[in-house]
Amino acid sequence: MTAGDLLIWTRGPGLALALGILIFGVLLRLFEIYSLGRKSDLAPARETSPGSGWRTVFTRSLPPPGMTRRAPMTYFGGYVFHIGLAVTVFLSIPHIELLRGLLGISWPGLPTPAVDAAAMVTMIALLAVLASRLSNPVKRLLSTFQDYFVWLLTLLPLLSGYLAYHHMLLEYTLMLSLHILSAELLIALLPFTKLFHAISAFVSRWYTGQMSARKGVAV
Amino acid sequence: MKSVLPDHAGQTVGDALLQRGVSRREFLQHCGLMASLLALPAAAAEQLAVALAKARRPSVIWLSFQECTGCTESLTRSASPSLESLIFDLISLDYHHTLQAASGEAAEAARAAAMKDNAGKYIVVVDGSVPLGNPGYSTIAGVANIDVLRESVKEAAAVIAMGTCAAYGGLPAAQPNPTGAVAIAELVKLSSPNLPVVNIPGCPPIATVMTAVIAHYLAFGALPELDGLGRPKAFYGETIHDRCYRRPFYDQGKFADTFDDEGARRGWCLFKLGCKGPVTYNACATMKWNGGVSFPIQSGHGCIGCAEPKFWDMGGIYQALPQPTGPVAKVVGTAAAVGVAAGVAIAWHNRAAKADAKATHQTVKVEDLHK
Amino acid sequence: MSATLERGIHAFKEVLDAPIASFFSSCVHCGLCAEACLFYTETGDPQYTPIYKLEPLRRVWQQEYTALGRLKKLIGLAKAVTDEELAAWEPLVYDSCTMCGRCTMVCPVGNDITYMIRKMREGMAVSGHAPEGLVTATTRAITSGSPAGVKWVTVQAQIKRMEKQFGLPIPVDVEGAHYLVLMSSWEILNYPEYLGAVGRIFKQAGRSWTLASDAYEATNSGIQIGVADLAKVLVGRIVTAAERLKVKCVISPECGHAYMAIRWDGANLMGRAFTFEVKHILEVLDDLRREGKLKLKGSIDVPLTYHDPCQISRRGGVYEQPRTLLRELAPNFREMKDTGVMNWCCGGGGGVGANERAEGLKITVFKRKKAQIEETGVKTMVTACANCRVTMEEAMEHYHMDVEMLGITELVADHLVEDEAS
Repeated sequence: MTAGDLLIWTRGPGLALALGILIFGVLLRLFEIYSLGRKSDLAPARETSPGSGWRTVFTRSLPPPGMTRRAPMTYFGGYVFHIGLAVTVFLSIPHIELLRGLLGISWPGLPTPAVDAAAMVTMIALLAVLASRLSNPVKRLLSTFQDYFVWLLTLLPLLSGYLAYHHMLLEYTLMLSLHILSAELLIALLPFTKLFHAISAFVSRWYTGQMSARKGVAV
Repeated sequence: MKSVLPDHAGQTVGDALLQRGVSRREFLQHCGLMASLLALPAAAAEQLAVALAKARRPSVIWLSFQECTGCTESLTRSASPSLESLIFDLISLDYHHTLQAASGEAAEAARAAAMKDNAGKYIVVVDGSVPLGNPGYSTIAGVANIDVLRESVKEAAAVIAMGTCAAYGGLPAAQPNPTGAVAIAELVKLSSPNLPVVNIPGCPPIATVMTAVIAHYLAFGALPELDGLGRPKAFYGETIHDRCYRRPFYDQGKFADTFDDEGARRGWCLFKLGCKGPVTYNACATMKWNGGVSFPIQSGHGCIGCAEPKFWDMGGIYQALPQPTGPVAKVVGTAAAVGVAAGVAIAWHNRAAKADAKATHQTVKVEDLHK
Repeated sequence: MSATLERGIHAFKEVLDAPIASFFSSCVHCGLCAEACLFYTETGDPQYTPIYKLEPLRRVWQQEYTALGRLKKLIGLAKAVTDEELAAWEPLVYDSCTMCGRCTMVCPVGNDITYMIRKMREGMAVSGHAPEGLVTATTRAITSGSPAGVKWVTVQAQIKRMEKQFGLPIPVDVEGAHYLVLMSSWEILNYPEYLGAVGRIFKQAGRSWTLASDAYEATNSGIQIGVADLAKVLVGRIVTAAERLKVKCVISPECGHAYMAIRWDGANLMGRAFTFEVKHILEVLDDLRREGKLKLKGSIDVPLTYHDPCQISRRGGVYEQPRTLLRELAPNFREMKDTGVMNWCCGGGGGVGANERAEGLKITVFKRKKAQIEETGVKTMVTACANCRVTMEEAMEHYHMDVEMLGITELVADHLVEDEAS
């Protein structure tokens, strides 16, 4: 298989397969979660409440008072790599073209040097959060093989995209193919790893927000 | 018996040039240009001139298989003496379907004679792919292409696969490859594994590339440095994208969205209109075509990637490079259905298991808190 | 004597629901929950990380209710939860957790870890892995009516004292009274002034109230040990009494989890909605204030602060009312940094107070509260939970802190405008 063959495969069957596995996995996980149900709450909720499930879906993205002081690296590193990832994925014009091909909609993107800078910043942030995971005793205790594997899964598309654009390490067509392949791997494995939080975090936030809201507390 | 070989067989290149009226100055200029195109050091220009003038014009057998003759057209387009046409001064073209005067048995006899007389020294140029699916798809004088090829390369010194069809299979090899088209290098490897093969892809290739390769071979007795796909690095070492004059627009994010919008009129990048420049290796952006006049992008049309293997399978010509080419909707639709089915299955299990747990609940008494 | 691992796992299977499945699916191992938990911040011991305390429950969820988990179990790759594990997890689930709810506030993916701890205790308890002290307290509560073994005779003695001290009759078993007043063991034993205060306040407000001789205990060990069946028995006594006496509203006293037990868990434990309202005494005081039936005079001028009992403020929703009352009474009321629904736990709730084994840890983690108090520079602290009060008074003695603790109901009662001489 040559680089050209790999490129054709990743743009064609590879992408279809990865998206297929993603959809399959997401649906399966959502059925898994919701099928367990929830007993209805017979205690009367407060008439008015400053909180709600939907409110928490959004506000939980902000740090609670006093917490950034206690875990600055977790918050800072976390924000930078999430935002950086969003910028490189959704504001890079070739990526927007891909999404236009898949969804039929597009939006303005950033010039390549800006996306390039964002990718570099994101990779540095990822290294920083890895360092934090390795050095912080709580994170070390909690971390399993999956945490490190998923970290690598997230880094590879960024790294390979960066290397491809800069014509580093491998010949362009091969590097581009590996970039697409690494992204497809990330997409396919998302529902079966902690990456599923990309969807379930909003489910969790809604539940917690709603359960607290009926008691009159906005969380 | 009167020799069937043309009069200029065995002539030196220097004599041939004199005969054609090419001045020494022009010849030196061409050698200088070729040396630079081949990315050779400055002194090589002189070496090239000296060696070429002395070199005996080799016999060239040009085999045309499943091809459209575009590669020959590319070579013969120039009317006035130029680098492209220099090739005919460098070689003795002893067999070529389109250009030769003879036909039928006489033509085949000429080929046989050229091969016999120049055994071990002649060059085979091939354009078009060979159909292995059914030899009947393409024959010359009733003989299958594969047999003609095998026979012709037996005593050849080198093989040049001219054009993407010969180099990689080209259009006939596009999915689903109904004729079983195969690249020349693959076949030569089977019958004559030590025979050097150079691929000069393009649909058609830039003619000057052919000229420079032949010149290099004649002057230095070896083919120029080739890359992993058998292409001369000097001409196929960079992508169109990396040498394209519109590249700054790509990086700034300025693209033409349609062929007649503001962006198109301003000459912005054609990436969104399907340009495959980033993954296509060729010299179009620097050497250009028609004597350096223009190339597709300059004329407002994206690169179709014609020098790359399987470029016909790279998705639509106007489909941007990042866009999906596979059956996404169908696969995702099927996957969704399977996902729902699997989801219903696990949901059924979960609910049954939980209901069972609830049904078998034993009311807890304080005694139950002790082991 | 029938606690077994099987019963424990069975209980886990019963309590696992959609929210918990979503929570486990979302955890990214960021460790922020530990940074909100005083048991981690004051010890630095990572095993007190809130989500880590749930590991056995998570494995059961994975193995029972997920496709991948069941597949792993089928091919023998699943690590079953063992009795040894549950034994090792007992101190994590009970000694180092008060179900204070701070972890729930900070989890970036929105997990209600507190909710999960409460559910996990169901399995821990019936597998024989609840702390001895808590088992004893629960047994006493079920068999005698109070976890501290307080009998009605003790209550009657306190009633007599209060009636004499304040010259007010304390009604008992009065049908048709507006309020049914409950008390916690701590109040009966340590702070009986609560009863007197309640009497005075309702006298001024002109509201009828009553105690119930068969339902005077508000605390619910069932909630703390985490067994719904037992919690139901305990809360059922109150519901029965309230319905028998046809009261309009049951008042939960100055006790944290008692409020949780009856206000938010009660109807769900009983399986039916109540015909009466349930309010915390703070809510009632605030209602009376808004209705103009609470006339206060004077003020307490010393700088003071308010400690938010976790089950009342953060997990209960009653955090504005005490502040409204305090602002009316205390011109030098100041807030702690990290206040309201983000206030720190005293370290003694959720069953920790009844757990002798956790005594040392409880004292250690009080350093957080100590720091909070010292930061405000006050020498007076008001709260609305008797358990918090007891925990903090004991800890402050250990740390030689000179801080006075006041109950809010008593504070209000002491500043009532009396219509006639008491």
